[in-house]
Amino acid sequence: MAKDKFEDAIKRLEEIVETMERGDLTLEESLKAFEEGVKLVRICTKKLEEAERKVEMLIKNEEGALTLTPFPEEKVGRDE
Amino acid sequence: MKDVWTVSELNEDLKNLLYDHYGFLWVEGEVSDLRQPSSGHLYFYLKDEKSRIRAVIFRSANAGANLPFELEDGMHITCRARLSVYSPRGEYQLIVDRVEPVGLGALKKAFEQLKARLEKEGLFDVAKKRRLPFLPSRIGVVTSPSGAVIRDILTITARRFPTVDIVVAPVRVQGMEAPPEIVAAIEHLNIIGVDVIIIARGGGSFEDLYPFNTEEVARAVFASRVPIVSAIGHETDFTITDFVADLRAPTPSAAAELVVPARDDLIIRVKTLSGRLQNAWQREMDRRQLQILDLERRLRHPKELLEELKARLEEGERRLYHHTTNHVKRFQIEVFHLSQRLFAANPARKIENLKLTVSSKRDLLYQSTGHRLNQWKQALTLYRQTLDALSPLAILERGYSMTVKLPEGWVVRDSGSIRRDDEVGIRLHRGYITAQVKEVT
Repeated sequence: MAKDKFEDAIKRLEEIVETMERGDLTLEESLKAFEEGVKLVRICTKKLEEAERKVEMLIKNEEGALTLTPFPEEKVGRDE
Repeated sequence: MKDVWTVSELNEDLKNLLYDHYGFLWVEGEVSDLRQPSSGHLYFYLKDEKSRIRAVIFRSANAGANLPFELEDGMHITCRARLSVYSPRGEYQLIVDRVEPVGLGALKKAFEQLKARLEKEGLFDVAKKRRLPFLPSRIGVVTSPSGAVIRDILTITARRFPTVDIVVAPVRVQGMEAPPEIVAAIEHLNIIGVDVIIIARGGGSFEDLYPFNTEEVARAVFASRVPIVSAIGHETDFTITDFVADLRAPTPSAAAELVVPARDDLIIRVKTLSGRLQNAWQREMDRRQLQILDLERRLRHPKELLEELKARLEEGERRLYHHTTNHVKRFQIEVFHLSQRLFAANPARKIENLKLTVSSKRDLLYQSTGHRLNQWKQALTLYRQTLDALSPLAILERGYSMTVKLPEGWVVRDSGSIRRDDEVGIRLHRGYITAQVKEVT
């Protein structure tokens, strides 16, 4: 699981932007940086626009296997 | 059934009977008459208001999680034990293999002792804390599946970042069953794979929070590969779990906020970065373009360069010429001035001047001389007239004559001065006679 993908991406993106803003890259480097930056923006944006979340419940069934079942989220409020 | 038992046989049978009947059991009571002989086993009585029972904790069981704190007389505890018979004496006793504190005093004591022990062991070390992921994809939550805690966590995570998956590992958060369930939940979440775990419980009394002060939960939290955020009880409550956890949140809501970044902030951040990236690129391109234009401007045909050099040469020549001419001109002017001065200093001119001076002086001289001459002339005329009036010549005009001795020329006034045959001259009014004296009388 690329769990820190977003953080890595946004940090790398920040790095790239700062490097480019300093403007001390060769043309080739800055083209490469820009392309990578655009790719990272796409990755970050995609991560931010992912589909709705899943809320599940982790239960060990009779056979001792771990299973995930939808968590009855709407029930939570009523229990109060 | 036998008719007659030996004592040993009976005690042995009783032992088996008790064991089979009770198995493991939990007994609650107060510690009294605590003794620890050199054998290392712990002996005491567990008692309540009316009754008491012998208990022993063997040395092998008297360590670690089984006895998470030191027993003291008067302490209120719960023991997990087997009921057995001590054959040599024919006494039954509890063989305790696990002790949990019950009363507040015992709980606090146990808490302090466990805290000190685990701290010494390094379970609270900051260096051992795992870093929380910046943006988790899936969060595990170990808590009661019902109630305000899970609801707050779900609400806040949904609000901050509605696309992060949540796995709830339902556990009891109170009572003797809670610790093993919490331990299992942590292990299970590690197995199925989540990015971060929140262990949460709402507020409660110190006794209520006990499961989170147990060594087994503390060790499970420490052993977890997945970073753990604890949010146990109220903000002022600190549990052992909080100390071991990678991050302690004051409340379950705070835990949710710590674990999940605000998506809106991130969207703005990514948009800003994207904008800056575009700008930086644009600037870079503009800069390159300018650079190229500049280079293009500076890149020229050698012929042009030659032309320029030629022009420069010409210019140099021109300036050189100009310079020289100027120089010459200056000299010319100087010469002119000098010649003028020289000319001005020409002796001929001086001579002319002198001539002029001389002539003017002469004129002056003439003038003055003439004047004087005239004066003199007039004077002379006057004198002549006067003289004429007196002149013997004028007398001669009237018929007189004058005789002079020759050759001496002296006027003969007395005949006595003359002798015969002397030559004399006789001046008449007109003419002159030379005569010889014939006679003197």
